[in-house]
Parts: sequence; structure tokens; C-alpha cells
Amino acid sequence: MEHIFSMFVQGVFTQNLALSCFLGMCTFLAVSKKVNAAIGLGIAVIVVQAITIPVNNLLYNYVLREGALAWTGVDALAKLDLSFLSFITFIGVIAALVQILEMTLDRYFPPLYNALGVFLPLITVNCAIMGGSLFMQQRDYSFGDSCLYGLFSGLGWAVAIAILAGIREKLEYSHTPKGLRGLGIAFMTAGLLAMAFMTFSGM
Amino acid sequence: MSLDAKQKKAFVEPLFKNNPVFIQILGICSALAVTTSMRNAVTMALAVTFVAAFSNLGVSLIRKYIPGSIRMIVEMVIIATFVILVDQLIKAFSYPLSKQLSVYVGLIITNCIVMGRAEAFAIKNGPCESLMDGIGNGFGYGAVLIVVAFFRELLGSGKIFGFVVLPTVQNGGWYVPNGLMVMAPAAFFLIGAIIWVLKTFNKNLQDAE
Repeated sequence: MEHIFSMFVQGVFTQNLALSCFLGMCTFLAVSKKVNAAIGLGIAVIVVQAITIPVNNLLYNYVLREGALAWTGVDALAKLDLSFLSFITFIGVIAALVQILEMTLDRYFPPLYNALGVFLPLITVNCAIMGGSLFMQQRDYSFGDSCLYGLFSGLGWAVAIAILAGIREKLEYSHTPKGLRGLGIAFMTAGLLAMAFMTFSGM
Repeated sequence: MSLDAKQKKAFVEPLFKNNPVFIQILGICSALAVTTSMRNAVTMALAVTFVAAFSNLGVSLIRKYIPGSIRMIVEMVIIATFVILVDQLIKAFSYPLSKQLSVYVGLIITNCIVMGRAEAFAIKNGPCESLMDGIGNGFGYGAVLIVVAFFRELLGSGKIFGFVVLPTVQNGGWYVPNGLMVMAPAAFFLIGAIIWVLKTFNKNLQDAE
């Protein structure tokens, strides 16, 4: 239980993908003008993150890493180290899974597809997804941990974009200096948010 | 190599007028993450320039043979190949550096600059222009990285490229380092401030909002 809680705090707050690892910034800034769109994209990221990270974890542990192919029983394969292929494998898995998810939603859950549909293609090139898989590889998570990490890191990203969108909607009505309007103030707001999230690191 | 006007334009424009980070708002993720020190920033800038240049060249060379419906995947594979090359090179020749850059080298694959240029420029233009466009965008991106890293390293630890410029209090000097500078929020503030300055002096950009 304690382990799950510490994974939660780490994934959502202290190692927040958007605010402390700077991942998915392009979409983070582009789609945070309206709260509804931000929440839609946030949910899509949670779903994709929670699926791709465990799948990539299985692939990495049973195919790519050094000695991972030992289960085949073939000597030549047992010593193989394919970890240099991990980038191209992960991005392939992500692209394929997003495509499959899109088709499944379209077929079985049309209302959900209509809500999330426009965001799904954006997600393939969202570096938060790729970054999540790479962090999983770097930190050597077990399968269980990678499931938790996928869920919580996606949640952290979604929370961050929802908060930023809320603040930006209000900012429309304030008198910001001319040059700062739009993107400049969005960066400043994100900086303040990052400071707020950093304070959790003492927990 | 002599350049005609179009090639020169492809190279010069992204440096300032159409800078990928500030104007096109691409590739911000790594611009924020690897700018804690000049060494990291320069390495990252070179890596991105290399990948952008050669993936642009590669995409441009085979652009007539790529069927439209699968061009994204083809571009992705070309980019990923060059990123793997860069990653293996950094690991082989400077292992500590690759530890510091951690996942961000791998993330060049999803860096919108590289993908964006392949999709917007290389797929429609000849190999020479595409190569120059890739180098130009890489340098435009690198320039931003180096400016941000300069401030963060100088104010955060009193050093440039690891050489002491402002002797810090811990080492018997006078400068109290600003710890916030090496942490995440400072990167946001700095980029925000640079955009503010650029937009104040260049009125054309304000109207685009």
C-alpha cells in the first residue's frame, strides 16, 4: 500500500511529466486554451499511457534486453542484446496501439470516440508517451510497477494540463502586457505551477 | 559548395525570422529539459542538427517513392534510425554525458522540429534545399538552447562550460548561487521572458496571436 502511494506521489507530483520533466510541452501549450479540450486530451493521455507502458515493459523484458530471449531455449538467441532497438520498437508500439485504440473506440464506443477522436492522432507524436516508456526502461520497473507508473504519470500530465487551461481561460480577461500576451504568459504560469508541484518533493 | 538563393533562404530563415522554438513553437520539451548546463545544450543542439539534416535529406531523396498514405511511418523510421545512430555514438564516446541527457536523446524521435520539417519541407523539396533547411532549423533550435543554458548555468552554478566565472560562496567566493535556476520552473520563466522581449521588439509577431 505504501509502495503504491509513493508511486502515486512520484508519478503525479514530484516527477510530473509535464512540469518537472518537460514532456509533451508542444501539445501542453497548444491545447490548454480551453478547459474542455484540455480534459479530453488529458483522458486520452491517461488511457494511452496506461496501455503502452506495460506493453513496452513486456517487450523490453522478454525480447529486447540482454539475455531476454533466454526463454526461447536457443543458445544463439540467449546472449543477444537488442536494447539498441528499443527506440524504434517503442515508437512503433505507440503508433500501432494508438491506431488500434482509435479503431476500437470507433467501433464499440462511438460517443467516447467522438469526444476523444481528434486528440488521438496528436498523441502519437506527444513526447510524454515516448518519454514514459523510456523512463520505464531507464528505471527498470517491474511489470506491476510499470502498470502503476503508466496510470499515475498519465494522471499527472492530465492534472497539469487541466489546471493550466483553467488559469489560461481566466487570464483572457486580465490586462497582461502586450508582448507577454498568449504564449509568454502561458510559460510564466507553467513555471509557477512547476514551483507549486515541486513543493511535494519533501514528502 | 555554392548555394543558390533558395538554398540560402532555407538555411537563414529558421535562424531568426522563423525560429522553430519561438515562432513555430516546436520542440520545446527538450529545449527546457537539457538546458541546465552549456555542455548538455551544445551536445543536444548538435544531435538535433545532425538528425534534422540527415532525416530531411533521406526523406527528400526518396520522397517520390513514398506512397502518401504511409509517409508518416516511413519518415518516423528514417528519423528513428538517425536517432539510434546519435545515441550509440554519444554512449560510445561520452558515457557520462549520455547519462545526463538520459531519455532526451531518445526523445529527438518525437521532437516536433524534426518530424515537422520532414513533413512540411523535405517531402516537397529537393535534397540540397532539404539538407540546408534541416541544418538551419537545427541551428535555430541550438541557438535558443545555448542562450537559455548560458543564463541557467551562469546564475545557477556560477560557471560556463564548467569553468568558474562567478566564484561561489561554498568555494570561498562571493556569489550565492540561485538554486532555482537549475530546477524546472526557471526554464519556463526564462523562455517566457525571451518570448516577451522578442514580441515587444517585433510587432509583427503580436498580431499573429
